[in-house]
Amino acid sequence: MGMLDKKYHDSNIIIVSLESALNWARKNSLWYEQFGLACCAIEMMATAASRYDFDRFGIIPRSSPRQADVMIVAGTVTMKMASRIKRLYEQMAEPRYVISMGSCSNCGGPYWEHGYHVLKGVDKVVPVDVYVPGCPPRPEALLEGFLKLQEKITGETIIEKKNDNVEVTEVEKKSETTSMS
Amino acid sequence: MKEPKEIFEYLIKEFGEDGIHFETGDTGEPWIEVPAGNVKEIMKFLRDDFQLKFNVLMCLSGVHYASEAALGVTYHINSTVNSAKLALKVKVPEEDPVIPSVESIWKTANWHEREAYDMVGIHFKNHPDLRRILTAEDWEGHPLRKDYVQQEFYQGIPTGE
Repeated sequence: MGMLDKKYHDSNIIIVSLESALNWARKNSLWYEQFGLACCAIEMMATAASRYDFDRFGIIPRSSPRQADVMIVAGTVTMKMASRIKRLYEQMAEPRYVISMGSCSNCGGPYWEHGYHVLKGVDKVVPVDVYVPGCPPRPEALLEGFLKLQEKITGETIIEKKNDNVEVTEVEKKSETTSMS
Repeated sequence: MKEPKEIFEYLIKEFGEDGIHFETGDTGEPWIEVPAGNVKEIMKFLRDDFQLKFNVLMCLSGVHYASEAALGVTYHINSTVNSAKLALKVKVPEEDPVIPSVESIWKTANWHEREAYDMVGIHFKNHPDLRRILTAEDWEGHPLRKDYVQQEFYQGIPTGE
């Protein structure tokens, strides 16, 4: 690498691995599926508007799941909506990500105990990558969630998702048992 | 004619004392209890009588009286002509909760009656489109009944934690 750098030092060439180049491109154009379910959607819109300006991270709304990389589940997921969310997720092209925004979508929120109509956490129907707590979360919190997702994408390989929750925990368990023994 | 008591006496003159009561609770406004059988006639009279002219149905709510094993409907009506308000109540037994629909009198009642049907399970006779309005069409039970037990799964999705 060092030798190549020197050879082309006077021209506009940057040498990186294909993986990090792809990840760099992907993490800086996170197009999100545009739909809101409750008051969290207002904060999501505020985050997209001029004051907080999503667009500076390359995050822009798409109206079709087929063109979206990430789904922001912004609001209360009712039992009626749950199957629709699952279908929207299935329509997204891989690699796809889910950000669960706000208490309702994380765990049922204020409807946790007596809300017969609310799904107790969107992770019961789709796998969630980042949980953003709050009721509703401020735009800064949602931006933080996106930065976390970018971190996650940076660590991914081309072949498979490196940071898949299940796999990581299994590997961790194995390493823990080996270190203990 | 504005006062509930006045209206009650006027109603009795028209429909007789059978099943029509004047009630006052510990708090709030008094109400008139009417029998389920001639709800429709009474409501039509309240709307069309030139002294009453209750032209707006403000609210129609379904109620479950668990201790009496009864279901009921509370009507809040308003007269913009006389600037008067009135509350009426109907009670029916849990086993046979049928109340005539007032949809033909006030169109507002359409969705309100669908809500009362969805939440507590009152059947409105001659309602043009009595379907669930809030929960899904294949939902089991009526959520605002006091003895409601939630189904564990809805279309394979767990409803609990």
